[in-house]
Amino acid sequence: MSKFGKKKKGLPAVNTAALPDIVFMLLFFFMVTTTMRETDLLMTAPKLPNATEVKKLEHKSLVSTIYVGKAKPEDQAKFGSGDKIQLNDKLGTVNDIANFIYSEQEKHNPEEIPYMTTSIKSDIKCGVGTIHDIRIELRDINALKISYSTRKGDLGENIK
Amino acid sequence: MSRKELPEINAGSMADIAFLLLIFFLVTTTMDVDSGISRKLSEKPPEDYEPPIIKMKNILEININRNDQLLVEDELMEMKDVKQFTIDFLDNAGGVGKTDDNGPGRACDYCNGKKEDDSSDHPNKAIISVQSDRGTSYGMYITVQNELLSAYTELRNRYAKNHITGKYAGMSYDELLLLETKDNDPLKAVLKKIKEAYPQIISDAEPTK
Repeated sequence: MSKFGKKKKGLPAVNTAALPDIVFMLLFFFMVTTTMRETDLLMTAPKLPNATEVKKLEHKSLVSTIYVGKAKPEDQAKFGSGDKIQLNDKLGTVNDIANFIYSEQEKHNPEEIPYMTTSIKSDIKCGVGTIHDIRIELRDINALKISYSTRKGDLGENIK
Repeated sequence: MSRKELPEINAGSMADIAFLLLIFFLVTTTMDVDSGISRKLSEKPPEDYEPPIIKMKNILEININRNDQLLVEDELMEMKDVKQFTIDFLDNAGGVGKTDDNGPGRACDYCNGKKEDDSSDHPNKAIISVQSDRGTSYGMYITVQNELLSAYTELRNRYAKNHITGKYAGMSYDELLLLETKDNDPLKAVLKKIKEAYPQIISDAEPTK
């Protein structure tokens, strides 16, 4: 009978030895997919237009982003209330775009340059005039691939 | 003789450390991929460049004024009608197409249009010209671009379903685009054929002041 008497009382503890493995797996997943926001927006975050016919921008490193929007309310005394352009981490004018694109191109191999895309992240309330000025600048320096950054969604929200 | 075993290292807090890191990356991660309407700008014309003469009937003129009102071929139009109007224009097939390597232009044999005399000759001749005002809102501009692109997509979908044979028969252009991978040359050839059937020719005119 003593054989059976040895039985312990209570539930055995669940083996948690594999828990760190699971957590590490998740950790690596998020470490790989994470992208830090490299630029701080100096303007009010632009409200992107909605669209349905969108294409994904692949190869993030080949994309240079131009933000178009209004200066933050507290900065408007300094910068004015018109449409502003942000290139990397400072507000600029249309004339700075050529230098910005050239400095982006310098980071890449010459054979990659034709694949570089300029993504325009503009607020829906901005004027097309500003966008056109940007387009002319980009055309003059032969950076011909552009993308109007949009979200997927209802078109009705674009016009208000 | 009692065998002493090495004491095991307590790994209980390993999970805590991993959790801490995990939560950090969970918070900082952004999964949204930048997507948008892509466009290839035209190259800068040389100074002595003379624009080719294009028949008015091959140009669809769209004007947007500073109050975000839409004028298509000199008539006021609602946004919801733009897509169908564009499809009718592109698909009209009133004449012969461009002269290319395959010889002189032929009539469009895959179009479904009404063959009217005052609309476009052939999809590869049809040009859409969008003129906006400097004060037009960007949201309105993108909405118009989106409508135009969806008109092209609809025509391309139809073409792909009816005129592509072989492995990719019966699929729409949208579905084929999803299949696209880096080195799938047969699919690329099919996509190229569809794009050439209805090439996107959208030009942005200098905005009015």
